[in-house]
Amino acid sequence: MNTRRQKRYQKNTIPILSMVGPTGLWLLLFLAFPMVYVLAISVMTKSYYHGVEWVFSLESYKSLFQSRYLKITWDSLVLALKTSIICLVAAYPFAYILSKMRPAVKGFCLLLVMLPFWINGLIRLDGWANIIRDSGIINTFLLHIGIISKPLRMFKTDGAVLFGMVYTFLPFMILPLQTSISKIDPSLIEASRDLGCNKFRTFVRVILPLSAPGIFSGIIQVFIPSLGAFYISDIMGSNRLLLGNLIKNLFMSEKNWPAGAALSVLLIAFTLAALKLYSKIGSMDDLA
Amino acid sequence: MNRKKNQKPLGMLSISLACLTYLFLYLPIIMIIIYSFNAKESNLVFEGFSIQGYLTLFQNAVLLDSFWNTVKLAVVSTVISVVLGTLATIGMHRYRFKFKGLINGLLYIPIVIPELVIGIAFLVTFALAQMQMGFVTLVIAHVTFCLPFVIVNIRARIAGFDPAIEEAAMDLGATKRRTLTRVTIPMLTPGIISGALISITLSLDDLVISSFVYGRTMTFPIKVYGMVRGKITTDVYALSTLMIVGTIAIYAMAQFIQKHFEKAHGQ
Repeated sequence: MNTRRQKRYQKNTIPILSMVGPTGLWLLLFLAFPMVYVLAISVMTKSYYHGVEWVFSLESYKSLFQSRYLKITWDSLVLALKTSIICLVAAYPFAYILSKMRPAVKGFCLLLVMLPFWINGLIRLDGWANIIRDSGIINTFLLHIGIISKPLRMFKTDGAVLFGMVYTFLPFMILPLQTSISKIDPSLIEASRDLGCNKFRTFVRVILPLSAPGIFSGIIQVFIPSLGAFYISDIMGSNRLLLGNLIKNLFMSEKNWPAGAALSVLLIAFTLAALKLYSKIGSMDDLA
Repeated sequence: MNRKKNQKPLGMLSISLACLTYLFLYLPIIMIIIYSFNAKESNLVFEGFSIQGYLTLFQNAVLLDSFWNTVKLAVVSTVISVVLGTLATIGMHRYRFKFKGLINGLLYIPIVIPELVIGIAFLVTFALAQMQMGFVTLVIAHVTFCLPFVIVNIRARIAGFDPAIEEAAMDLGATKRRTLTRVTIPMLTPGIISGALISITLSLDDLVISSFVYGRTMTFPIKVYGMVRGKITTDVYALSTLMIVGTIAIYAMAQFIQKHFEKAHGQ
């Protein structure tokens, strides 16, 4: 028995190595190593010339407790949370409608949700900028008909950043919600109705709990990328820094690699915590 | 009977809500198309209809270059991701081995961790290896974040796979390699195609990771990022509009070919 198993292992070594080997090697070199390297940098000393000096130090983690960093982290978490909640509320009715459509129509409608992705996200945000900026369409129109005497300040505000985030990530909420709601067995909804629940109660007690995997998957797919998306606040925002901008600056202009790496580790920690919660409810493959 | 009840036509409220969502998604795209015909060169004010933007586009070598770089990058990274991903998925499905858990875990990193962190990890690693930033580093980065999405898509297909079919092929005398190329891979094709499409989409649109590793190889998103905080010139809108039209055309063509193909092989 033992020798037979050994023989089978030997027989399979070559196909396994040739099929999985290249990917495995790629992932080790270009994913595992870089991540470990960032982790290592986070516990080293900063150097203005090379970004990092190889002397162990926990200075970077201590520096995270500066009020500046704490405020930026807090602002970013709050913004990501607001974005997720608004996306959820805005996407749920639409996802519900999609799930009720005939398959052919639904396929087309889903395609229409995906299609904007093929157009550069920055340009689409700029499209909004042209609508809401001081000399944009809305302000021009309102000034013209005389409702306002000076332009409404919409562009380059915190509200505009939130708006841009919701716009960018809404499809990531619609798709998993739609998948999850479509999977609900209609006979369960009928049973609830037959047993005397009204529409609202059926929704709260049956549909909503059964779509929980979609809700969580959607929240994760909105929350996590919105923590790191530095370009949205660059385009839409005032000068308020978010976590993404801060990390980018620490690496690119301030040359404080350890602090940037420590913040990245913090970002990974938030992500893992969110995933830990999620893994109790849904499957990881549904996130892709 | 019940079925019919479930599929009653959508109410007015539902339809208007869906239209509102689509309006939200498409309003900026409509703006892009309108502004591509702007007579003035900057994006701030619309000053009448003109095709000047399209004419300057074809003289703007820098912009066109960045566009071709982006397309090349997407195609090269997708081909590499699909080859690596297809083999790895089949191998991981077929065999048990020691480091499967590790590989699976690594695959989830680009899917779940913010792109920014991946970009930074590449920045410091390439600096350590003293690699010249440019097309090669872009390809490495793009393959790394596309590969997991390709694998997940193919895996979704392979999960509902009857191993008896492969066994039958081998019983009927096909070699392992022949079974792979004639039976396994054709059966996985829908998963491979959807994985490749996602990979192209991700690669074409990527700004965050590319912005750390591009060196001198300008891609379209990076070029736009440089402009978007000041003002975007009309030729960028023109290029975007052409990309929108091209996307729709490619999709319509793919649909047409698929319908045609199904008709020919339907019976």
